[in-house]
Amino acid sequence: MRVSVAGHSVYAYTGARAFDAALPTIAFVHGAANDHSVWALQSRYFAHHGRNVLALDLPGHGRSEGAALRTVAAIADWLVAVLDACAINTAALAGHSLGSLAVLDAAGRHPTRVERVALLGPSVPMPVSEALLDAAKRDDHAAFEMINAWSFSPPDQLGGNRLPGVWMTGSSLRLMERCGPGVLYTDLAACNSYAEGLKAASKIRCPALLIVGERDQMTLPKNARALAETLADKRVVRIPDCGHSLMVEAPDAVLDALREFFPAR
Amino acid sequence: MAKPKTTHFDTLTLHAGARPDPATGARATPIYQSASFVFRDTDHAAALFNMERAGYVYSRISNPTCAVLEERISALEGGVGAIAVASGQAALHLAIATLMGAGSHIVASRSLYGGSHNLLDFTLPRFGIETSFVDARDLDAWRNAIRPNTRLLFGETLGNPGLEILDVPRVAALAHEHGVPLLVDSTFTTPYLMRPFDHGADLVYHSATKFLSGHGVVIGGLLVDSGRFDWDEPGRSAGKFSTLSEPYAGFHGMVFAEESTTAAFLLRARREGIRDFGACMAPMTAFQILQGIETLPLRMQRHVENTRKIVSFLAAHPFVESLGYPELPTHPDHALAARLLPAGCGAVFSFAIRGTRDQGRRFIESLRVFSHLANVGDAKSLVIHPASTTHFRVSAEDLRAAGIGEGTIRLSVGLEHAEDLIEDLGRALHAAERA
Repeated sequence: MRVSVAGHSVYAYTGARAFDAALPTIAFVHGAANDHSVWALQSRYFAHHGRNVLALDLPGHGRSEGAALRTVAAIADWLVAVLDACAINTAALAGHSLGSLAVLDAAGRHPTRVERVALLGPSVPMPVSEALLDAAKRDDHAAFEMINAWSFSPPDQLGGNRLPGVWMTGSSLRLMERCGPGVLYTDLAACNSYAEGLKAASKIRCPALLIVGERDQMTLPKNARALAETLADKRVVRIPDCGHSLMVEAPDAVLDALREFFPAR
Repeated sequence: MAKPKTTHFDTLTLHAGARPDPATGARATPIYQSASFVFRDTDHAAALFNMERAGYVYSRISNPTCAVLEERISALEGGVGAIAVASGQAALHLAIATLMGAGSHIVASRSLYGGSHNLLDFTLPRFGIETSFVDARDLDAWRNAIRPNTRLLFGETLGNPGLEILDVPRVAALAHEHGVPLLVDSTFTTPYLMRPFDHGADLVYHSATKFLSGHGVVIGGLLVDSGRFDWDEPGRSAGKFSTLSEPYAGFHGMVFAEESTTAAFLLRARREGIRDFGACMAPMTAFQILQGIETLPLRMQRHVENTRKIVSFLAAHPFVESLGYPELPTHPDHALAARLLPAGCGAVFSFAIRGTRDQGRRFIESLRVFSHLANVGDAKSLVIHPASTTHFRVSAEDLRAAGIGEGTIRLSVGLEHAEDLIEDLGRALHAAERA
């Protein structure tokens, strides 16, 4: 499905289902240098269980046009603009990593548009190491390798994918390589500079779900604590032996948590 | 700044895709000899069928033992994933059937395994897919053979049996210029000697029967996807691969290129090709190939080391008329070999003796350590006469074009002691000379 936002075409994966205005909607927002496909299993599930699904490609990512947005606030506003473009009054939002910050910010500043938020691999703040930022700024391939090294738990570095036949780290690397020059840096810089997380969290009144990988080295689990304490109506699901690539490393645990949070209609 | 640590090739040959069995603690990968897998409940069953959850349903589609092998070869090749199939031929067919249908066209190297040549030249035309064969070394010939309906370029890393080295970077660049992928048969080199994806290839397949399993006990194939090719790139590939970029009625209107950015090809190959054509790999076969891969680096080193000694011996033998091995300065691809195959040019090569066809037969029948059979890549040394066996359906003209003469003998050098192999060859050459 495609809509236009600010003159740029936006791609949203819908699980091969036509958009139905009568159904509630969940928008899925990916992380740095990723695209909609990281949500393949989870978004497909909801698309076939009574929801509209918009697994989005952020501007400058995947199949969406335009330049990558430079701040978390800009992505949050863009999310609301996507809802406008789809004539959706309110939606549930799910975000991973950078996407979790955008969802958080959108829910904090546009509370009337957001029903529920699921934050996967969240961290407030979300500092990015200088080494990673430097490599990303130079479009050095080492940046992708660092992300891979920190995003998968040690056992998952050697495979054992629940999805048969797919080499997780290889697939992750290839997806990041598809981004244009500068996109990863723009995404990481947006994470690194976002300072409004707790302020946004304090304004959120809708239910929030935090899903945390206990072996996440990219966004450390301890960095989700202040966020969890600030949110008024929250539940936290911790997934053992799981790193930052939650939807790939623990697809069933993530889906089960999301199913409980976004009950079947 | 130091690069982040990555796992070395040798370690991946032992560990990629596997972990101790969570149920029993078994360290070796279990052989999941089960046709089907129990669903937790009806919702779980429906979710597995509709690709909403990851897991196993039926071993024709996927199997846990085969999945370990698929991840392992993907890791070794630097790809995103793989499909284990019944044979190397099944892998080639699966690649082609996934990408195209009637009315499509392939450009292929002329220097192919006879079975691959048969499929392309005689069988696929019956299904409306034509192939133009070109000299592997002639880039202009590759370019001139490309048509608007061309959907694939295809060659072997080391041509069979003349060892023409495919200039993967240049042929891949040509393919990409025309919005089509390059498929490479990497059976002779294995990822230990060359990783074609590092040089621009898009798809790789192996007859895992050969060096990967390494012991001549199984038949199996592996098809690996680099995940790099964009199947729907505007102005390039867009419109050429409708199997991947348009809704598929056979799976609820799924558009594979949208479903998976990096593994659309594998998704279609599994959800259609393995499902419908059914050439799957048995879990016992996967287990045996995994056992072989565990020693791949050690075996390939020894294969190459022995081959180099035998090449030196034969190249200097007065009864040997010619010998083609790319590490020899006389080989046309010597410089390319140094660039693409610095660790060695494999353990299969051909040579011709100065003598009649009868003397050739006497040579083969005099060998005691080398086994006369139709295979390569075994731990044991092998010998064959291509003109009367693997390539017997190929015309004399095509044989000449592929560099095969009536007296050409192909060796697959094994892991025995090099001195024993040289003694065997020397004695057989002497017997042939006296015949």
